[in-house]
Amino acid sequence: MTNSIEELENSDVILLTGSNTREMHPVISSFIKRGVVSGKTKLIIADPRRIDLVDFADIWLRQKPGSDVAWLNGLMHVIIKEGLYAKKYVEERTEDFDALKKAVSTYTPERVEEISGIPAADLIAAARLYAGAPAAAIAYAMGITQHINGTDAVKSVANLSMLCGNIGIESGGVNPLRGQNNVQGACDMGALPNVLTAYQSVTVPEVREKFAKYWGVKSLPEKPGLTIVETIDAAAKGQIKSLFIVGENPMISDPDLHHVEEGLRKLDFLVVQDIFLTETAKLADVVLPAACFAEKEGTFSNTERRVQRVRKAVEPPGEAKADWEIISEIASRMGYKMKYANAEAIFDEMAKITPSYAGMSYARLENGGLQWPCPTADHAGTKYLHKEKFVRGKGKFHAIEWIPPAEPTDSKYPLVLITGRVLSQYHTGTMTRRSEGLNGLAPECFVEINPIDAQKLGVANGEFVKISSRRGSISAKAVVGETTDVGMVFIPFHYFEAAANNLTIAALDPQAKIPEYKVCAVKVEKVA
Amino acid sequence: MDDKLTLTINGISVRGKKGQTVLEVCRENGIKVPTLCFHPKMPPYGGCRLCIVEIQNMRGLPPSCTTPATDGMNISTHTDRLFRVRRTVLELLLAYGNHNCLMCEKNGECELQNLVYEHGIDSVRFKTTFAPKPVDDSSSMIVRDPNKCVLCGRCVRGCLSVQVNGVIDIAARGSDSFITTFNGGLLNDSNCAFCGECVASCPTGALTPKQSHFKGRPWELKKVQTTCTYCGVGCQLELNVKDNEVVKVTTDPDLGGPNKGSLCVKGRFGNDFINHPDRLKVPLVKKNGSLQESTWDEALKIVADKMGSIKKKSGPDSLAFFSSARTTNEENYLVSKFARAVIGTNNVDHCARL
Repeated sequence: MTNSIEELENSDVILLTGSNTREMHPVISSFIKRGVVSGKTKLIIADPRRIDLVDFADIWLRQKPGSDVAWLNGLMHVIIKEGLYAKKYVEERTEDFDALKKAVSTYTPERVEEISGIPAADLIAAARLYAGAPAAAIAYAMGITQHINGTDAVKSVANLSMLCGNIGIESGGVNPLRGQNNVQGACDMGALPNVLTAYQSVTVPEVREKFAKYWGVKSLPEKPGLTIVETIDAAAKGQIKSLFIVGENPMISDPDLHHVEEGLRKLDFLVVQDIFLTETAKLADVVLPAACFAEKEGTFSNTERRVQRVRKAVEPPGEAKADWEIISEIASRMGYKMKYANAEAIFDEMAKITPSYAGMSYARLENGGLQWPCPTADHAGTKYLHKEKFVRGKGKFHAIEWIPPAEPTDSKYPLVLITGRVLSQYHTGTMTRRSEGLNGLAPECFVEINPIDAQKLGVANGEFVKISSRRGSISAKAVVGETTDVGMVFIPFHYFEAAANNLTIAALDPQAKIPEYKVCAVKVEKVA
Repeated sequence: MDDKLTLTINGISVRGKKGQTVLEVCRENGIKVPTLCFHPKMPPYGGCRLCIVEIQNMRGLPPSCTTPATDGMNISTHTDRLFRVRRTVLELLLAYGNHNCLMCEKNGECELQNLVYEHGIDSVRFKTTFAPKPVDDSSSMIVRDPNKCVLCGRCVRGCLSVQVNGVIDIAARGSDSFITTFNGGLLNDSNCAFCGECVASCPTGALTPKQSHFKGRPWELKKVQTTCTYCGVGCQLELNVKDNEVVKVTTDPDLGGPNKGSLCVKGRFGNDFINHPDRLKVPLVKKNGSLQESTWDEALKIVADKMGSIKKKSGPDSLAFFSSARTTNEENYLVSKFARAVIGTNNVDHCARL
């Protein structure tokens, strides 16, 4: 997030898209709802599903899955055409406005209606509302990013925010709501194939030299590595021979599970380090028992860049050890001396070579944590980014064209499948399905289907149906209702016994390599 | 414009700010006025009549939580008269309920119990025809015992004003009042999101976390503040530990962090996985096609040897690492360092995109 969670309560307008906030980030949704009921905030929601928060929205745009770039361009088309954009801000703080203007010029409300199904009048109303706000925030999640043009959608969101002067101000900004406790931190720490800590690129020789020297090795590899989905592909082709997995469960979380299993089985050596024997761990050659968050010291970085302490409350079960202890021991056994007295020593080592964390220490994180960038020991942390100028200097507009999803529906697979989560389950269910209360609230997989489609198929609420794509099929209970639109179904992906990722397509965004989880073509059949 | 106020409380001159209530001025100046329905996260309610004060030139005993502070006010918070009225209020609350601390989960951290003690109450003068009401333990997470409810309305305001869910409300009037879901059904059949804001707000044993019942009493529990392990919000919470087991999660708006004392169902009620019997306890090694229990020494030797030989034979880029969005920053840093410095590959990623 460019801004902080608490700022959302004071935004004049929030444009929320691709986020079922009330289920995925319930605490953030409370900030949004409080703003709305206090009368301060006007809420615009763009989501193909009629999520709960629509009850609180002033305008709800129901776009067709995969049309995000089109309606975002449409909003900007209206805002520029009606002269509602922040002219002074655009002039002083941004560049390439003309390219944007040209790109969005063809996205008239009428054309956008054709692509997205959003009525032209609603689009115009949303554009006026957003552009008219002194401080408007955009919050989004994977509903707009898990597409083959996910990066384009994010750039479009940034375009819109800059166009109206909303980046670098309180209660504005571009705010991705991150789904996992430390997904922000894992990225910050360089658990990515192309960057080291704080996004220092592996392709820059000075960066590699600096880290090599700091880590006491001759050199570091310069070729960016493979992402998760690429790694699975390479394993299936025999190019990756050894895979070490820490606390991940690709056998449920990754697209096209048959392909994932094929890749993992082809490996010469698979190590899984986890807290439970996950579906992935069952395929491993060695399984290492790890301590969970309550059994170790450390830090997590949240979605608003806040680094906070994780503290040990109980001893790990049996012989389980903290992940950092296990990694250090293996490194030492492989001839690289890696010995730390505690997690704090690792943090201190990391902070010294990570500019955005350089001013942090465990002592400083004691009271409420710190938001990066926090470059020096006397820096108070950063509530919102790009305050007087953008980190890169001028904010760059990107001219973006909409492209259709990878797998269109056809007569054989006539429905669009969107996958996602439910409130009381979490990702691959490793933890929540073992929690009595949580699992009790949503114990089994289901498929949401519109009453009109259900009637056509002769399916009643609560009946089991078979859902198939070109890649596989699962069966699940039908939940007939208006949450999904005609021609569309929704399935949560948490359930190993009916894993939605048997159906999904491993079509990737060429830049971010994110799979298109929010659109693939399926058919639904009544189970006799 | 100067927004400073000068007031006299219990004969001492104190400062306040325009817009504050009398209670807020008292609290800011370290004067403890008894309260039950007041909660710092919620709009004032004026329901329990315990925070009453005497104010010169004002009639009656106004509740300090709803009375705006004004310049020159002369306030008394602890006169004999106030003490007697508060004592009577507390006795009435005891008479209209079933408050048996011996059999109550809240024993030891109950605001009603504390107030009764502070007011020296050792018997109740009132006889009532209080009829026991059915307990709602329909959900696996929250037990609602209306017999212990003092109708302070904190649960209702927590649900409506803090979480903005509005699942419960106060129904009926006077001493017949009760907390109800829409249409009076069981909590499990309502549209409750089980965030537990009501449980965290309840001053008595009327709302308690079911899974924590009989797992440990407040004075036996060690509270450890940490960051929630579920989504990316990073809520601060306290793990309550007894005998090396997490038995309860509590919150406090003063813990800092983004959540200001609120949680969702996962953070508040979803930590029983920690102590689940399925947890991995020893390393496992595949032998003859199946995973078998092993020792750290054997398992780590296999890992180091095998990765070493694959690196030697097929090169560093034939190895890959999936780090984790669940583990700590320190651990992600180490996995990256391991892949790059020890193995010599940039093949390291985690599930950020999934």
